[in-house]
Amino acid sequence: MSLLLDVRAVTKRYGGVVANDGVSLQVREGEIAGLIGPNGSGKSTLFGAICGAFPVDGGEIFFEGTPVSHLRVGAIARRGLVRTYQQTRIYGEMTCMENMRISSRAAQGNFLSLLRLKARGHEQHAEDLLAFVGLYEKRLEKAGSLSFGQQKLLEFAMALMSEPKLLLLDEPTAGINPTLINGLIDRLQRANKELGVTLLVIEHNMRVIMNLAQHITCLAHGRVLASGAPEAVRNDPHVLDAYLGAQ
Amino acid sequence: MIDTVLDRIRAIPEAGLLIGLLVISLAAPFVMPSLATQMAFLWLMVVMSQTWDTLGGQLGYNSFGNVLFFGVGCYAAAVVQRDSGLPYYDALALGLVLAGFMAVLFALVFGFALLGIRGHYFAIATLGLGIAAGELAAGWDYIGAGSGMAMPLYPGGIGSRELFFYFVMFGVATACFFTLRWLYGTRFGLAMNAIRDDEDKAEAMGLRTTSIKIVAWAISAFYLGVAGGVAGNMLGFIDPRDVAFSGATFGVWMVLMAILGGKGTLWGPVIGAVIFHITKELFWTYLLGWQRVALGVLIVVIVLFFPQGIMGWVEARRAKTGGQAA
Repeated sequence: MSLLLDVRAVTKRYGGVVANDGVSLQVREGEIAGLIGPNGSGKSTLFGAICGAFPVDGGEIFFEGTPVSHLRVGAIARRGLVRTYQQTRIYGEMTCMENMRISSRAAQGNFLSLLRLKARGHEQHAEDLLAFVGLYEKRLEKAGSLSFGQQKLLEFAMALMSEPKLLLLDEPTAGINPTLINGLIDRLQRANKELGVTLLVIEHNMRVIMNLAQHITCLAHGRVLASGAPEAVRNDPHVLDAYLGAQ
Repeated sequence: MIDTVLDRIRAIPEAGLLIGLLVISLAAPFVMPSLATQMAFLWLMVVMSQTWDTLGGQLGYNSFGNVLFFGVGCYAAAVVQRDSGLPYYDALALGLVLAGFMAVLFALVFGFALLGIRGHYFAIATLGLGIAAGELAAGWDYIGAGSGMAMPLYPGGIGSRELFFYFVMFGVATACFFTLRWLYGTRFGLAMNAIRDDEDKAEAMGLRTTSIKIVAWAISAFYLGVAGGVAGNMLGFIDPRDVAFSGATFGVWMVLMAILGGKGTLWGPVIGAVIFHITKELFWTYLLGWQRVALGVLIVVIVLFFPQGIMGWVEARRAKTGGQAA
């Protein structure tokens, strides 16, 4: 499998705080990779750096072999690298279907292509994806009226609508009813297998991430603590220390 | 009672409603010729309200500087009509087209400079635009400086001037309405709403947010500029501070009309403009001396009781009674 994302020694400082300190991480095409670490360990900062939310203070990020750390958020998204947020972000005043329509790749074009393509395009695909996450019945409702968990599912469907090559998911199960988590894991795996989307997932739920990811990186205090197969990372003494406190 | 009326209105197909309004609008100046100028100003208000709502309602960017485009249109048309040497109607036509394009040019330049700023900061930044433009125009001799510009005399017969400009302004308002109606139905319209709801998200989904904002502002500036050119001719005289760049009247009114009718809807700004204009004229007629106080009270009442505007109120009522959309 070829490298899709290659983060090389990325450093990001906020004033005196070093949020990411020489972090390196690789994601191979077609896999589900996991990113874990205690609160404040720099996971979301790393997501922000990868997506171009801010310039990094050191290191470089390669997507499909090209450096992208100088690019803005929009330009990176148009290359097929899309994220979801820990605090769900959807277009609240628009219906679910409108949310889906405006998330398609065709919506990323310039002014003229936005005029050429009527909003009704890709209708079937949008409906299929809403059905995929179980929101078909809600398709004509305002996205802002959905529950938090449903908004998370909608955001996931919107991300899939944009046909990403790599999808970064920031805590997809947080705030979701425990009985629905298994269904969500199943959908993440199907998106990966059937739609061919590579996933990089931040997750606090150990059971979820151990079942889901083929490769896990653990951050603590802005540094990579361990990286490897789920079993190896789970039993790594440094990881145990970071989560449970040093003995 | 109110709900029955609302249901009846909703039952009329939009095409019927449009044709009905068209017939009324075409007949109105012949039925009430003494009110032709007042009704032409009504169409000006409709253009102002609609074009303000493009950014303010659909895109979520409250601009207090749109009066800049109106004023630029006033002066662009006036200069062409004064200096082109063309016959009256040719000069007027050329002037109006140029008024639109000059306004677009200003929107592109200021859009590029200001549309990177968000929320309240954008509103405050635009507030300065109209004021600065008024002061600059008042100091520029080429366009008459503080003494303004007189427009060329209309060559037609007595009474025909009012009719002529009524139909020109009606044409501008209609073209503006249908352009925006079409635009809001395209993917571009959805992109504008997406930016309004969550601009960071829209950017993270790969939308070209900056160019969408600038283009939207330019489209609204075009119609406002053309309307400015027509308005200058209707008034016959352009004063830099009291007509062209009058932030305290036109600049504030366009915001109020859109809010009154319902921000972010197609019909809201139209309805808001009609109600506001009629109310305002009644105040000037029956409450002379107190008209500005009454207008101020009306503004407070609008914001207090119709924070979502009339269309927003209708929508909420529909949701509550479970009625179906037409």
